[in-house]
Order: sequence, then structure tokens, then C-alpha cells
Amino acid sequence: MKLSLTEEEQAFREEMRTFFTTKIPKELRERGATEEGESFKDAVVTTQRILNEAGYAVPNWPTEWGGQDWTPLQKHIWHEEMQLANVIPPLAFNANMIGPVIANFGSEEMKEKFLAKTANMDIWWCQGFSEPNAGSDLASLTTKAVKDGDDWVINGQKTWTTLGQYADWIFCLCRTDPEVKKQAGISMILIPMDAEGVTLRPIQLIDGGHEVNEVFFEDVRVPAENLVGEENQGWTYAKFLLGNERVGVAPVGATKRNLALVKETAAAGSSDGGIDDPLLAARIVELENELLALELTALRVVANSTDGKPHPASSVLKLKGTELQQAVSELAVDVYGTSSLASGARDTGVPLAAALAGPTYLNLRKASIYGGSNEVQRQIIAGTILGL
Amino acid sequence: MDFLLDDEQQALADAVRGLLKGYDAEKRRTVTEDDPGFDEEMWKKLADMGVLGLPYPEDVGGSGAGPVEVAVVAEELGKVTAPEPFVEAVVFAGGLIAACGTAEQKQEHLAAISDGSVLPAVAWHAPDGSGEGVTVNDDGTLSGTKEPVLNGARADLLVVLAGGRLFLVSGADVDSHGSRTSYRTVDGLRAAEVVFDQTPATPLGDGSDMSESFRTIAAIARIAYGHEALGLMDTALRLTTSYLTTRKQFGVTLNTFQALTFRAADMYTSLELTRSIVTWATMVLADSSSTPAKVREAAFRSKLQVSKAGRHIGQEAIQLHGGIGMTMEYAVGHITARLTAIDHTLGDGRDMVAALSTSLTDHGVVEPLP
Repeated sequence: MKLSLTEEEQAFREEMRTFFTTKIPKELRERGATEEGESFKDAVVTTQRILNEAGYAVPNWPTEWGGQDWTPLQKHIWHEEMQLANVIPPLAFNANMIGPVIANFGSEEMKEKFLAKTANMDIWWCQGFSEPNAGSDLASLTTKAVKDGDDWVINGQKTWTTLGQYADWIFCLCRTDPEVKKQAGISMILIPMDAEGVTLRPIQLIDGGHEVNEVFFEDVRVPAENLVGEENQGWTYAKFLLGNERVGVAPVGATKRNLALVKETAAAGSSDGGIDDPLLAARIVELENELLALELTALRVVANSTDGKPHPASSVLKLKGTELQQAVSELAVDVYGTSSLASGARDTGVPLAAALAGPTYLNLRKASIYGGSNEVQRQIIAGTILGL
Repeated sequence: MDFLLDDEQQALADAVRGLLKGYDAEKRRTVTEDDPGFDEEMWKKLADMGVLGLPYPEDVGGSGAGPVEVAVVAEELGKVTAPEPFVEAVVFAGGLIAACGTAEQKQEHLAAISDGSVLPAVAWHAPDGSGEGVTVNDDGTLSGTKEPVLNGARADLLVVLAGGRLFLVSGADVDSHGSRTSYRTVDGLRAAEVVFDQTPATPLGDGSDMSESFRTIAAIARIAYGHEALGLMDTALRLTTSYLTTRKQFGVTLNTFQALTFRAADMYTSLELTRSIVTWATMVLADSSSTPAKVREAAFRSKLQVSKAGRHIGQEAIQLHGGIGMTMEYAVGHITARLTAIDHTLGDGRDMVAALSTSLTDHGVVEPLP
């Protein structure tokens, strides 16, 4: 057992910290969580391009496509330092989802066509997985792709398409064989969002924001080459992708940072809840401790999982990570108290952080639903780990 | 960074596990039926294996091992709910002598603790929980009462906290100048009311105020208790999942019911979070760059998590077993009782929150790495 990082790892951490805090402009790191529109899009793209230029946008990819030959611990440090510096992370749909899928399962032509542009945000991807009747039970999806000459013709509907309003392309799970077991008849197809027959309709969420969409496909035609890998192997690729989605889904660094900000506010006495209230102080102590336990679990997983197999404890990361993310957002609303009602206030007496606290709390209810709901995580723990 | 045991540490774990083979609920029940509440033969075997002198330097009869080895032993004892007072006697009482004693005192007592011929106990708690309960008379003798003193009646040697100073008192001297009344504790072990009445006492060390050292050794004991508790929780979950897959009701095994399996999944989450923080605390203790303040903070953090998880896992283990979990015949009740006792020894979760609250604004985020 050894607690400390090696000298090389410490130097790496310093390098990351310096990069994120000096090379990413401050204004890109000080954005409100619920902002949207063209300025949001620009910030995401600009940040990822700075990261990509330095080789820090897609470290998890194979090295020949821009990835880094880092240890799991180095990747963890990269991810944590990025969050602590409040850097907008690389777009998950590009960096964690379709990029690795194409790199692992796509044809050479597909890799050449998409990977560099995906890393550099020349293409903004969105995810076409969930449907109105296929949520946690994703394999029951019904959006249909039918071969017609050299084309695929797609009909159906996707939903919860996050940030689809900015997307250039969508990677879509489609039913290509309705006769077999539901998992065995699914394919993954890439579709341009501006293809004829694609319609996007915004869904307004409880925080007032526009983050997710419905996407409709009506006789949409794409060439056969847009099929990822092999026909009817989509479920395999989807499982691979969702495995990546869950890695790093425990936002430890960001939650730590948010908790420190709330504590600072409570200590400054500039909010409804002050740190001299022992009940509030106790809540902060307990949250700090639970976050510490979570962070150490994440470190355990990365420090001792070099054989490529997922560490059993990794399944608690998503579950507990999202619970703590939500708990800190709840604490923020409590600390800001009545000021948090003023969610629409800008440039008035109420501070921006107080105005954002309520919408953020509401928005983060999603965290225990997406990426495999926390009930699905419990199912995985009970079934796979505990053998129940 | 590495959270795993090395080969030698793993061999120690295997050896202790081998020695404790056969310790089950029934054996524990039999052993704890009579005084002193643990198995003297097992204590001797642990001594022969070198376990009782593990943390002391070799020149005073110990093995000079580190915190990780201590953790390994505590965890193995916890896994089988062994009643032997390893943390109480070796880590806490012996730890105080090793930290505060004079060269002669260490030589005399640590070798005797290591070979199992002397069982020490710490008398730190006043009967009503306030103050110290014992005062130092002008002639250097002690008067007053300590309670509950864990293993207080069986102990050959008492380390007594009085006026911020520490004193060594022989069990025989208490019996001639005072009294010891033994009884069962909530976890089926033994504690005593120890009354001092002008009882002869020797200052531990140079007789100066030892509050600082006492706090540090108490922290080290808290960290070791964390490992014992981790072993207990580990077994509680294992027994629970095994029960859910074998016990049938309504014609099916209990793991058919998601209401139950989800609760087991939450127990697993609690267990793994606890494993992380308890292991980390030992790594902080083992890291040469850690200050005493850092060690104390790590101990508070570890014990806070152990308190929460111990309650969660202990309560759920009984509930998921149903009636059988309530019985003395079955292990989970013993485990929950022991977890309850550990929780309330040297401060419970609420005390840890209070202690951590005082330094809440000293840091922005909590940094686990040195």
C-alpha cells in the first residue's frame, strides 16, 4: 500500500493543472451551468479545440487516432484536474461515445472520414438511442432501418436527444431485423441531422432550459457505408459505448468544486444559510466525507485495474457520484434560501450563483436517470457483483 | 499509489485467517458466555504468532511492523467477529505505553504484552461521560472511578488517564486499593467499573501532560477499529447475500424480490465506500510525511464513515434475514452488536462530525493525497 503519487505522476498532475488554468481562457471557465444558445455552442467547440490541439481532448482513444498512452491513474488525474479548473469537458457524444466506437468497430474509411473531425468538434454528434417506449429497456427500440438498393431508409422516433439542436450528425440505433431476439436485430447507423426527413423538436425541461429534443425520421435515406461495423451488431457496440459512458460519469472533481463554492458562500455570511449554523456545518462535513470516500473509491479503481477488467467497485461510482452531485446542488439551494427563487435575475442584487442554484438543482435530477438509471446500477450490483 | 497488500501482508492475513478458522457464532457464544469474554488459548496462539507485538519495536519484544499489518489483523478478527481484544489491548493500551513510556517501561511492559503474559487495558472514561472521574492525590496515588473500562477486570495492567497525565496501575493494586466490578458489554464482551481508592500508580513516561499523545494514539485506535468494522461489515453482507439466495418463501428464493436485492446493492455501496476510506486512513498513518494532526483528521473521517455504514449494514443485515437475524445462534446479530460497540467507542459519528466541523473552513476541497 502506498498513498502518494510517484514523482512522475505528481509532475503530470502539475502539468495538467497548469494547462487547464492557464491555457483555457478564464471566460470559458466561468460560465453558468444553464446557459445555452450560440455562445454555449462556441464555448464548447472552442474549449475542445484548445484541448485537442494539446492532445488532451480524447486521451481514451487509440493513440493512432489522437489518444494518449496514459495509465488509468493518469487519465483520472486529467479528468479530475479538468473538473477542478471548471473546464467544459470534451463533448461526451464525441469523445466518450461515437469516437471510441468508430475507432474500435468502424471501417478504415469511416475512421478516416470521421475521427479527426470528431476529436476537433468539426462535427458535433448527438445520440439516437432512447425512444418513447425504449428507456431503461433500450433493446426494445423500434426505429426501423430498411435496406433499399445501396441506401438505408430510416423511419421512427428518438427522444431525450441531448444538445441535438447543435448537432451535425446523430449516431442512431435502428431495428434492422424484427424477426430475431430483440438484441440481435439492432444496427448502428450514422445520419446527418440535415438529411431530408429529419425533424428536431425541442423538449423544455423543468429548469426552464432547452437541453434535450425529440428527433423524428421520415423516410430518411443514407448510403450503406453509414452503417457502423456489421449489420445487426449494434447492441454490442451500444454496450461498449454505454460502458464508456459510465466511466467518468462520477463527477467527483466538479462536485468537490461546487461544494467548496457553497461552503465559501456560507462562510462569507452572504447567504440565507451561514456556516455558524451547526446543522448546516454538519451537512457540509458529511458531504465532504462522503465525497472523499467516493474519490478514494475512484482512485482505488484506477490504481488497481491495470488488467483492463473493470474493477467491481466501479459500479458504485455512478450510483454514489450522482447522488452526491444532487445532494450538493440541494445544499446550494438551501444555502441561498429565498434568493434562489430569483432564477431569472441577471445583473440585479441577487448573485448569479444564487439565481442558478434552483434551476441547477432541478436540472440535476436527471443525473440519477441518465447513463443507466441508478436503479439499473443497483440491478447490476445485485446481479453481477453480489450474484443475486 | 497502491491500495493493495503486498505478498508478505497477504501471507499475514492468510496466517491469521488460518488461526481463526472455526470461529463462528456458536463458538463466539460459548467463549463469551464466561469471563474474561474471550478465548485465553486463542490469545496465547496470537501471541505465539507474533500478532500481539506487531506494532512495537523489535528491541522491546515486538515485530516492528507497520499500520498496514495492524490493519490486516484487525480486519481478519472482524471478519469472524472474534472477541479477542486486539485493538483495545495491543493498539490502544500498548500503543500508549509505546508512545509515552520511558525506555524501562517499554522494555518491561511491551515484551510482556507481546508474549501474552500481560493484558493491558485503558481506563479513560468516567462513569457519567463527563470529566475524567479520577484525580491524582498529593502522594501520587489515584482516587475515583473509571467506567466502562474494556476488559477492566481481566487486565493485569491499567493505563489510566487522570489530569491529562497517564498512569500505570497494576490490576492487583486496584484489587487491594479499590475494586473492579465486571459485566457484559452490549456486544457480549466484558467491561468493568474500576474504583481507585488511594491506589498506587506510576506515571507513564516523565509524568508530564500526555493529552497530545493520548489524542494521537486514540486516533490510531480509531483507524484500527475501522478495519475491524470493515471485516464485520464484509461478513454481514456476505451472509446476507448467501441467505437471500437460499432462503425460500412463497415457493421462491428471496433474491427473486427486487425490494430485497436493491437493499443488498446499497449495502455493497456502503461497504466499498467504507473500504476506501478506512484503507486510506491506514495509508495516511503509514505515510512518513503525515503530521499527527493529519492522522487525527484521517481517523475522524474514517470513523465517521464507519459509524454511518456500520449502522446501515448492521441494521439491514438483520432486517433482510428476518427473525433468524435476531437470534444469538446466528452471526449477523453478533456482528451488529459489535459494530454498535465500536461505533460508540472513542467517539461516534456525531462526535466525529463535531470534531471535523471545527476545521471546516481551513480548506476549500478535501485533498486525499499528500
